[in-house]
Amino acid sequence: MKKVFALVDCNNFYVSCERLFRPALNIQPVVVLSNNDGCVIARSNEAKALGIPMGEPYFKIKAFARRQNIHVFSSNYALYGDLSARVMDVLHQMEAEMEVYSIDEAFLSLPVSRNWNRISYAAELRERIRKYVGIPVSIGIGPSKTLAKIAGRVAKKEGRYQGVFDLADSSQMDDVLRQTEVNDVWGIGKRFTEKLGRQGIHNALELKRANDAWIRKHLTVVGARIVMELNGISCLPLEKAPAAKKSIVTSRSFGQPVTALSDLREAVISFSSRAAVKLREQNLEAGALHLFLATNRFGDQAVSYFNGQTVPLPHPTSDTSMLITTALRCLQSLYKAGYRYQKAGVLLSALSPQGYKQQSLFAPTTEENKPLMTALDRINDKWGQDTIRYGLTGAHKLWGMRQSYKSSAYTSSWQELPLVKASLV
Amino acid sequence: MKTDSSIAVIYGLEQKTNVIRPLFSCGVSAGFPSPADDHVDRKLDLNELLIQNPAATFFVRVAGDSMTDAGINHDDILVVDRSLQAGHGKIVIAIIHGELTVKRLMGRDSSWQLVAANAAYPAVKISEEAGCEVWGVVTSVIHQF
Repeated sequence: MKKVFALVDCNNFYVSCERLFRPALNIQPVVVLSNNDGCVIARSNEAKALGIPMGEPYFKIKAFARRQNIHVFSSNYALYGDLSARVMDVLHQMEAEMEVYSIDEAFLSLPVSRNWNRISYAAELRERIRKYVGIPVSIGIGPSKTLAKIAGRVAKKEGRYQGVFDLADSSQMDDVLRQTEVNDVWGIGKRFTEKLGRQGIHNALELKRANDAWIRKHLTVVGARIVMELNGISCLPLEKAPAAKKSIVTSRSFGQPVTALSDLREAVISFSSRAAVKLREQNLEAGALHLFLATNRFGDQAVSYFNGQTVPLPHPTSDTSMLITTALRCLQSLYKAGYRYQKAGVLLSALSPQGYKQQSLFAPTTEENKPLMTALDRINDKWGQDTIRYGLTGAHKLWGMRQSYKSSAYTSSWQELPLVKASLV
Repeated sequence: MKTDSSIAVIYGLEQKTNVIRPLFSCGVSAGFPSPADDHVDRKLDLNELLIQNPAATFFVRVAGDSMTDAGINHDDILVVDRSLQAGHGKIVIAIIHGELTVKRLMGRDSSWQLVAANAAYPAVKISEEAGCEVWGVVTSVIHQF
């Protein structure tokens, strides 16, 4: 049976989450900042209209935001994660075939049938998410995922479509593609955009009609696939099971610059512990560990330092102490005194399912500290993260995240539930 | 709603908490089985009682005494289901002047009011100007002593 794709995309998702329990913000300009209050990562339409660019470092707009009464929030991932799960849950209840593509996007596969109006179905889906969860979404429909993405942009931008735009069987196909710049096509990055630009290809319609041989030569099979998708030939199926993770990262910017090796050691131990828990949660083991250190990105070049080191682990492991020891060895060789470090992180790669390893000649024959790790995870699960942790991790977190404008954990803490007034209004 | 006859998977509601199932406590014996084993029921789960639609259910905390006659006191927790249709007599969370408030919805046709459950507080007429909007329907109140 013929199918089309629908992309369900939450509008300005983080902003919509912040607005749910603060309806007074519904018509106010709102921005949400990245970890450590670094950059703008979400903007309300009102904030966009004030000219605040995506990704702008916060310090550059701080004064402007105050003058314009823009509401600023630190990112509140507990809230966004909870509301995202609810949106996906509502979709699951309506649609069997879906792919959760990101925290705020999902692809659906819809049947094509003459006696079924998929636009009104999509409108119903959209209304149900708004009513149940309180999050506005846009829905784009197309014969391929790439075209559904483009339809989604139209649905979001053009108010007259009321949040749903169907590009499948649409007479407007070429017009819409002509108005879509190539760098707004899903999968076309900066490098492809430059190559295409030199070839005189600036919009999606030109890309759709591009010479196949040239595309294959210069944009490889990846580009050829995008061109086919633009021609309505679906090459990217729904991925119902999430792809196996290729790496696990725990990194953080420090609240204030860190200079002492001892402080960095604490941070590195904490990151390694966190990464090890993530590994074990997914029943994975890591084959390699990468540690990186960085000074302030916006600082003086003369005093900036960025370095990282990858070391293979002697055998795949998810053992916290093994990962900490390895990470500390990397730190020892990377650390240079005299720099003000702003960020550090641990990246685990060469991941494999637990117990699915080649026996190494030198691997210890005992099951390492498996019972210890299990006990550790259970206790921390029950009594809260870091109830039991590896020594040196430090109780005072100088390098904790800066979150000056974080909203409450409305949906994940009994102490921080939204308040409803039962008094004069 | 769907005309596709080849539905591959039907997703059920996911229970968010563990339902604790009791173990049969007596050992295997060659004699008569314990008569009690026929009467082992599952444990009760409060979520099952209080939450019909997990995706649409939120908890909020009450601040104030305008709903005391409805058994809703200051600092109580309300269970709110956004998927339910609001109607005459329902206790709702409403947005008034941009703030979340708890009131009883009264009226019909084109004339609706948000009424307090405490004589000391006046009713609020629902109008476009006040920007009134129902946020969700209250299904239970949790009062801890």
